[in-house]
Amino acid sequence: MSRIQEAFKNGKAFIPFITCGDPDLETTAAAVRAMAENGADLIELGIPFSDPTAEGPVIQGANIRALKGGVTTDRIFELVRQLRRDVTVPMVFMTYANVVYSYGADRFLSACRDVGIDGLILPDVPFEEKEEFLAVCRAYGVDLISLVAPTSDNRIAMIAREAEGFLYLVSSLGVTGTRSEINTDLASIVKVIRQNTDIPCAIGFGISTPEQAEKMASIADGAIVGSAIIKILEKHGREAAPFVGEYVREMKAAVERSEQ
Amino acid sequence: MTNPRGRFGIHGGQYIPETLMNAVIELETAYEHYKNDPEFTRELTELFNEYAGRPSRLYYAEKMTKDLGGAKIYLKREDLNHTGAHKINNVLGQALLAKKMGKTRLIAETGAGQHGVATATAAALMGMECVVFMGEEDTERQALNVYRMRLLGAEVIPVKTGTRTLKDAVSEAMREWTSRIADTHYCLGSVMGPHPFPTIVRDFQAVISKEIKEQLMEKEGRLPDAVLACVGGGSNAIGSFYHFIEDKDVRLIGCEAAGRGIDGFETAATINTGRTGIFHGMKSYFCQDQYGQIAPVYSISAGLDYPGIGPEHAWLHDIGRAEYVPVTDEEAVCAFEYLAKTEGIIPAIESAHAVAYAQKLVPQMEKDQILVVTISGRGDKDCAAIARYRGEDIHE
Repeated sequence: MSRIQEAFKNGKAFIPFITCGDPDLETTAAAVRAMAENGADLIELGIPFSDPTAEGPVIQGANIRALKGGVTTDRIFELVRQLRRDVTVPMVFMTYANVVYSYGADRFLSACRDVGIDGLILPDVPFEEKEEFLAVCRAYGVDLISLVAPTSDNRIAMIAREAEGFLYLVSSLGVTGTRSEINTDLASIVKVIRQNTDIPCAIGFGISTPEQAEKMASIADGAIVGSAIIKILEKHGREAAPFVGEYVREMKAAVERSEQ
Repeated sequence: MTNPRGRFGIHGGQYIPETLMNAVIELETAYEHYKNDPEFTRELTELFNEYAGRPSRLYYAEKMTKDLGGAKIYLKREDLNHTGAHKINNVLGQALLAKKMGKTRLIAETGAGQHGVATATAAALMGMECVVFMGEEDTERQALNVYRMRLLGAEVIPVKTGTRTLKDAVSEAMREWTSRIADTHYCLGSVMGPHPFPTIVRDFQAVISKEIKEQLMEKEGRLPDAVLACVGGGSNAIGSFYHFIEDKDVRLIGCEAAGRGIDGFETAATINTGRTGIFHGMKSYFCQDQYGQIAPVYSISAGLDYPGIGPEHAWLHDIGRAEYVPVTDEEAVCAFEYLAKTEGIIPAIESAHAVAYAQKLVPQMEKDQILVVTISGRGDKDCAAIARYRGEDIHE
């Protein structure tokens, strides 16, 4: 069992996302530590990309701020190396195919293994294109995380059967960002996933409130939150870490409530 | 040439969010069905001929030929099509396909505005809703086309992210498509994006080279020695090249926008300055930095101001079948003025990039050789911007 799957051993998981380098890497490091201390079960680290086509305005903004601040893939590997001195929570990278391809997939995944990254999420690499990345991920023991969308229909079983680490279930159509309502029949999708795989399934996109997190965690094995955390960073800048910690504690409590 | 999932050598593919996968599969299935359907072909041919004004002329540019003193020059006049550019060929095909698929809404990106205008036109003709994404900077450079789109009933959304140009308009159109798929077809304007778009757009634009071949055979009884076209994403170029790819003696030359020159950052010459990457649904060449961040490219031409190139062009470059040459803003503007004064034809600033290279190439060719230059669009839309480039402020 991979470290990622172990993250789901302590009941329902809360998975926060942060864009590395927004507004700088010191703030990212402090925020990640605050997440870990306040109950995050798995942490998604975004490597910024100039043109993040799966992101809504909030995370697009974080990507731009981070790149303007001069963050690079190499500096993010160094950040993770330093975090790994004390942070034991599983961590995965979330980025776009070109960031990995341009760095050289072999060199990128080898660095992931060296610094202690457990998984990789590439939202612009669907099932049909995963092979060129999967082979390298496997060689370095990094899980390539698959995504299932509300439009996946007849593809769910195929994706689930080959999924590794955990399955990322996209809650609704569109890009990342907070939503007031999530109307997709997620329970039916989770049912098909369960029939095809034993790996855990977490729901992301559009979740921001404890109520939403509790509801999503009651349907699946965990909830993923990105934009709401980026908004805290946007608001508090370099002083954001304690506020991020407080938010994570609240959200973790909410996903735990879903088990009662 | 195309293997499964739209590969051209290592290029192409379908690098898109899972949310869109069933949409592109549905599109591929529908296209595979309709492209061989005689009724679909009949309807599209009728639209091409009766509505868009095809076949477009293959015009012997006698004055230019005499002036340059080399090969005989023919201009493929896509600028004479309805809406003033080659874009209508692809749009009529895709709109008809979308309608057969039961879609009621078209979304599109646009750079210079020609594809947006063509999409708005087809939507009006076929009674479909239309939303066009256009970089905010381009809405300023091409204000007239924004007005034309709105006049045709389309909603134009200025895109304020990134460089506020074509690349950002594509990103925003892709984001919009992931949020509304069931009734919406993304009418992509060039031979780029995820499979099946590069193939579909090429097939609809291939009418250009099919006609060139027939028309030249009639006028000269032989094939041309070279075919020249401007390349951004590359739709008019692939359309001009396609039926000559197997004719190995015909040189195929794509003219990229070098902006202020390929030695600096203010350029959009993808093949000349980029390297392989994955972006906007495809593997191809892209202008990017060492970490794969897409470069903020530049060209005076909004239609060529794009950091990538279609995957089939990337492949034609890899195998050495086509050449891709850089042409600067200054050269293109001079060619814009040259063609106006020499032949009485005002080309789009995009097409002027091809004219500029013809001016260089023709004198090196023999008098018994033949060169075809595709004039992809007309230049009315560019007059104000070119005047500004020359230091004259005119108000439309």
